[in-house]
Amino acid sequence: MRGLLRSNLVRHTLLALVGIGLLWLLISALPGYRSSNQIAPIAYTVCAAAGLSVLVGQSGQISLGHGAFMAVGAYTMALLQEHWVTGHSNLQLVGLLAASVVVSALFGAVVGVAAARLRGPYLAGVTLALALGLPTLASYDRLSGTLGGSSGLTVLPPVSPAGIDDSRWQAFICCVAAVIVLWFLANISRSRVGRSFRAVRDDEIAASLAGLSVARVQVLAFVLSAGCAGLGGALLAMLSLTAGPLAFQLSLSFALLAAVVFGGLGSLAGAVYGSILIVLLPQWSQDLASALSIGSAKISNNIPLMVYGVVLALAMLAAPNGLHGLLRQLARAATGRRPVRKLTSRPMEGT
Amino acid sequence: MRKRQLRFAAAGALLALGVAACGGSSGGTSTGGNGSGGSAAPGVTATTVTIGSTQPLSGPAAPGYSEISQASDAYFRYINDNGGINGRKIIYKYLDDGYNPTQTVAQTRKLVEQDNVFAIFNALGTPTHEKVVGYLNQKKVPDLFVASGCLCWNDVSAHPYTFGWQPDYTVEGKILGAYIKKNFAGKRIAYFYQNDDFGLDGVKGLDMEIPKSQVVARQSYEPTNTDLSSQVQKIQAAKADLVVSFSIPAFTAILKLKMLQARYNPQLAVSNVGSDPITLSNLLKGIAAKAGATVNGTQLMQGIITDGYLSSPADNDSWIKLFQKVRAKYLKKLPLDGNVEYGMAAAYTFAQALKAAGQDPTRESLVKAVESGLAQGPGIVPFRYSSSDHAGFGGVQIGVIRGTAIHFVGKPQTTDDGSGAIQTYTQSQPPAPANGIPS
Repeated sequence: MRGLLRSNLVRHTLLALVGIGLLWLLISALPGYRSSNQIAPIAYTVCAAAGLSVLVGQSGQISLGHGAFMAVGAYTMALLQEHWVTGHSNLQLVGLLAASVVVSALFGAVVGVAAARLRGPYLAGVTLALALGLPTLASYDRLSGTLGGSSGLTVLPPVSPAGIDDSRWQAFICCVAAVIVLWFLANISRSRVGRSFRAVRDDEIAASLAGLSVARVQVLAFVLSAGCAGLGGALLAMLSLTAGPLAFQLSLSFALLAAVVFGGLGSLAGAVYGSILIVLLPQWSQDLASALSIGSAKISNNIPLMVYGVVLALAMLAAPNGLHGLLRQLARAATGRRPVRKLTSRPMEGT
Repeated sequence: MRKRQLRFAAAGALLALGVAACGGSSGGTSTGGNGSGGSAAPGVTATTVTIGSTQPLSGPAAPGYSEISQASDAYFRYINDNGGINGRKIIYKYLDDGYNPTQTVAQTRKLVEQDNVFAIFNALGTPTHEKVVGYLNQKKVPDLFVASGCLCWNDVSAHPYTFGWQPDYTVEGKILGAYIKKNFAGKRIAYFYQNDDFGLDGVKGLDMEIPKSQVVARQSYEPTNTDLSSQVQKIQAAKADLVVSFSIPAFTAILKLKMLQARYNPQLAVSNVGSDPITLSNLLKGIAAKAGATVNGTQLMQGIITDGYLSSPADNDSWIKLFQKVRAKYLKKLPLDGNVEYGMAAAYTFAQALKAAGQDPTRESLVKAVESGLAQGPGIVPFRYSSSDHAGFGGVQIGVIRGTAIHFVGKPQTTDDGSGAIQTYTQSQPPAPANGIPS
């Protein structure tokens, strides 16, 4: 038994199953609107943020444009549903989600090839351009017919099993997807692939001397990360019933990066904390703004952004290694033990 | 290895805590609603009725349209201060969706599932509301008087809980088209429209009346892209004498300014949605100022052909006097422009429906009340409401912008969104009730 638990795969799988069970309990215990407006958005953000965290924190590359990969996932889902898949069973949904992952991963491979040649600010620039440019394709004259222009394509949600309301069911699907992503990335991080990511991150020359193909490792990181983001995007589309350019504005890409930095670069648990923060913080500050009944929409609309900025700035001052780093530090102080190993990254160079 | 486990568990626990914590803080509001009142309907208590809406308080449609919900709210407050409807005050919760369909879905879910509203009222926008109409009907939430003239709201079998309010864009397009056909025979005509069901429904109506041979250009825009250079260039190259525009106010203004820049001055005809004179004048001035130019907004819009379906502020009849009275007390900061009048008129119609839904309104009795027909109120033409027709006002009257108001010409006209003939409506509009509250 103890031997089995020593296997990462077995342990992660057990934890994932327990996690899914707990999340289901949470979803059924809370009112339905919390499922659709909080749990589900947190879950799809976790998919994208966890992938980004591995890319940035473990493989040492930067992406300011992860929203673009989410958009690819969302549009893949919407287009497949419109043109090739009729019916809305849950099995078909699984197929659609899988297809979204594959297509966005392929797109990630293309971007990854370019990324492997670029470093630091140049890579940041390219991915930033991607996040800015890709969603506007929807409004491009020749494509707007296919992509639905700025109002986007309609996505229909899956039929929920009898007795379970739609909001809860959709949130559960998002949670299962998020747990699968975390499970997958946790295994990857512990595997040879994960070690090669960190080797490339820490010293490219040393890594290539050790026989790793630096470019191949970097492209692989982009592929994995883009696939996860694509899944997140497809779930967002399912939830908001739309795949439209306005859902994938630059602010989304920045929010994802903020989640990753806030949680702790490279840490999957940190990606979860960060996602909770970027989803709930704007909602809380909006509630605060309306509770204070600030009359002017111009002010109350901007309060969430302001609170968001302040919290992030404070978090960076108080915990430069992210929330996860802070928790580890506290745990270390409490137990008086030194950390066993270092999975999360040092701050990146050159960006 | 154990640390890893701990970390994973900690992440899960925090996720649970985070959501549970906010469950404690505001969970109370979601259960409210059906307490001590005689009615068991959600959102109705003995003394209040809570309704909700999604509105573009920010984003590309905010200029002008962000006034509508404030005006409705002002009118509801006026009603509440004068005894309410059947003794209940109307609480109006309107949330910003930024004219962004993704936001509309989240905000509508919040209103229905968290705020537990009795009905959705006057939710604004074609591309936005299209995404939630299925959801609202599935939840059996009355979806009254959508602030959009899309044909899509009038689909009784698919959306039994949804009702339009303003004339649909095809009706408007037909009447505008017939006027253009008669008064601009043989002229070269260009269409400019928003590339979604708003613009396309309008074009459908125009095409029923204007001969295809006269249409020399068809250009559309996306509300997210404010650069209209290419469209204006093509319309100018086609040498159009008249441009018909189905656009939101900001894009009417950008179109006019782009044409001014190109020294091109065709006659403009604009859908009611995009032609409110005061909004337009401010937008023309504001957008030009941002580009470093000074223009006289009011002068630029003179002579624009448009249409209307509510009393014109230029006429100063009993309805306009009533709205001015309410505005002076509850909405001092805004002038009585088309948007403010729109918001107040829609609020009046809602009050009519709520009154007719009975002493203890239910969601079903509210829907039945609208289907039994409502008096036209501030409208210059009657509503089409019946159990088989969920469209709002059945026609419009052509008008021309003079000064800062739309001056009507001719008589109101009515028609349907199919091949029905355009008829002149001759009956005069009933005056407003003295206290401004529907009886």
